[in-house]
Amino acid sequence: MIDTPAKLNSHAEKLAKAKAKTGSTILVSLGTCGIAAGGRPIQEKLVAEAAARKAEIEIVEVGCMGLCHSEPTLEVINNSTGKSVIYGNVKLDQVPAIIETASKGIEAASCEVLKPSWFYPEDNETATAERIQARIVLKNTGKINPEIIDQYLAVKGYQALSKAVHEMTSQQVIDTIIESGLRGRGGGGFPTGKKWAFAAAQKNDQKFVLCNADEGDPGAFMDRAVLEGDPHSVLEAMAITGYAINSNTGIIYIRAEYPLAVKRLEIAIEQAKKLGLLGDNILGSKFCFDIQIKYGAGAFVCGEETALIHSVEGKRGEPTVKPPFPAIQGLWKKPTVVNNVETFANVCAIIRNGAAWFKKIGTAGSPGTKVFALAGKVKKVGLVEVPMGTTLRQIIFTVGGGIMNDRKFKAVQTGGPSGGCIKFDQIDTEIDYESLKRLGSMMGSGGMIVMDEDDCMVNVAKFFLEFTLDESCGKCTPCRIGNKRLFEMLTRICDGRGTMQTIQDLKDLSYTIKDTALCGLGQTSPNPVLSTIAQFENEYLGHIKDKRCEAGVCKSLLKFEINEKCVGCTLCARNCPASCITGSVKQRHSIDQNKCLKCGVCMEVCKFHAVERK
Amino acid sequence: MSCPITSKAELAKLSPAKAEELDGFLTSLPLTEDREKNRGFLIQSLHKAQEIFTYLPSVVQIHVANRLGLHLAEVNGVISFYSYFTDKPVGKYKINICTGTACFVKGADKLVDEFQRYLGLKVGETGTDGKFSLINLRCVGACSMAPVVMVNERVYGKVTTKMVPEIISDCK
Repeated sequence: MIDTPAKLNSHAEKLAKAKAKTGSTILVSLGTCGIAAGGRPIQEKLVAEAAARKAEIEIVEVGCMGLCHSEPTLEVINNSTGKSVIYGNVKLDQVPAIIETASKGIEAASCEVLKPSWFYPEDNETATAERIQARIVLKNTGKINPEIIDQYLAVKGYQALSKAVHEMTSQQVIDTIIESGLRGRGGGGFPTGKKWAFAAAQKNDQKFVLCNADEGDPGAFMDRAVLEGDPHSVLEAMAITGYAINSNTGIIYIRAEYPLAVKRLEIAIEQAKKLGLLGDNILGSKFCFDIQIKYGAGAFVCGEETALIHSVEGKRGEPTVKPPFPAIQGLWKKPTVVNNVETFANVCAIIRNGAAWFKKIGTAGSPGTKVFALAGKVKKVGLVEVPMGTTLRQIIFTVGGGIMNDRKFKAVQTGGPSGGCIKFDQIDTEIDYESLKRLGSMMGSGGMIVMDEDDCMVNVAKFFLEFTLDESCGKCTPCRIGNKRLFEMLTRICDGRGTMQTIQDLKDLSYTIKDTALCGLGQTSPNPVLSTIAQFENEYLGHIKDKRCEAGVCKSLLKFEINEKCVGCTLCARNCPASCITGSVKQRHSIDQNKCLKCGVCMEVCKFHAVERK
Repeated sequence: MSCPITSKAELAKLSPAKAEELDGFLTSLPLTEDREKNRGFLIQSLHKAQEIFTYLPSVVQIHVANRLGLHLAEVNGVISFYSYFTDKPVGKYKINICTGTACFVKGADKLVDEFQRYLGLKVGETGTDGKFSLINLRCVGACSMAPVVMVNERVYGKVTTKMVPEIISDCK
């Protein structure tokens, strides 16, 4: 039981002293992606090998290191020097060599060695050119075992909470967060401190702190990584929020699709309660705070705060008109602060280090860092945390390593289904909430999907509209019917049936939906359409005027033909699933356009480049 | 509202053990006379019920509604709203094709076509033999391995159309 700040400090000191000074520590990345890539057997073999050799090696399970492109990943730390080596794409048969070299502080020759690109602004504020990433939110993710609370306590865990409840008044906590300029990381960018101040000003016997962990944006996995890798940082921040607004109940609303994050949260809550860091009279103060978990059930709209609140109440997750804002009247009609996981993950560092420290990182309007889930056609898919104001070029080309297969960059999509696409000529934009909005996109929760020349932007817009159609709750007409009409128009263009009027209609209807839809989901749903029209109008015109899809994606506009290079090997005819290629051996073949499915198999199998896509 | 005892008896006809398990869970909840407070437990009750019965047939819905003091229409409304809940039986092997953005740009639509062709099923359908269900899933967060297919708990990464027969033959 840790019931005083002094005990918390002495416990942390004890842990620091007990830390191994000799031998090695091996961190094994075991988040969802690490496990899916086969990290578990690697970890088991490491343990077995280390035991067999009686080596002085500790194997630690950690969350995602952010290097998803090279899972299974591990980091070998030499405890006496503190130096470390990161191995990527580790294979089972490399494990003995890793164990063999681990304690010697040299790299195992047979393995792929990765260079980290991050620094930790709490200990080391200098960023060199190759160290683009700054870690505040992901500071402990991939460094500590999320299932052992002592590892969190050893890295200043729960000291921010201790400082808040013992050395600060509620008002001082709120003032610090307002002063820091922290803005909601779920996408909206609303100042977090102001939200807290609204809720704190309400006189009510019951208030709630709600954590939005319903990461529904396809292609975004930042919150999952934080919850899987560092759950205590979110719990601690929720307790601080509770202290600030005078609430004793926290609720985490999490997707049912994240079983590992749920499991680790449950473990973390139980451990924190056992030590008295959650529950009654936290750290000997008068402050009491408890946290429960509520499950989502697969609805993107539940990321919207009023819809989320309805879902927690057990209703259909339909949004309602604001005001009243949840901070005034939220869950069960009580004042409620709803913050995203990543927002919470910033709070402890701000309380520990002060607002001035936080403001030094990032831009004036958007201080701090932002975590992005970099995915799509980029070489190094992974989690990236950069100071606000970093350029897209740095993220995609330096951290992300550029485009796969050396294809040409076409666009980067940010903000998920509510965001937009950004072209190459804007790639040097320094990103923050405002700059992305000016480009017709938005920060969103942090998904960043890179696209190359093989992606058709009309089809991308159609993809997002299809998503919105699926996820629209159906409550308001503009979103329910308007998006359906947008989707139909885009389908017409992709099928080659669009006219110039269709583009005008798309724009008109998009603006109407933006102006009239009920909630954030509806109001932003036409963004992918408007941004692709603005940035890639030539592709729309190509589909409409020339009946041509440059990227070769829209099937109705494709035509496969066999040219004079054909030697009559019959390979295409034998592979054609529609049996629509005719021709005798050693004679030039031809495709029956009426029967062709446009699957492209003939082009894939032809060894003579004789099949052309037009 | 119908009598709770009848609905449990109906439920027991499906499977006495499963009925007992669900009922035990519902009994463990701090339910009160207050419908609004009880409603807060609805989604977790449905999660539990679906975990036990694999889907939510009407007898299950009626029983949950009765125990929580809610109307069947309210329970059904919640089930139809959330994509995680299903009131139709699902196959032994749930083939989830991720159609999140990262998988989409890496060709998930081609996989959908190929699975539909290979299994002779449309997305959202379950085969008559009850072996396979074909489902579209929005992002499992394993974007580095896109395109991803998840069969029950097993994750296949960087899937190509050529791997489809192999994935199906793993389902033995």
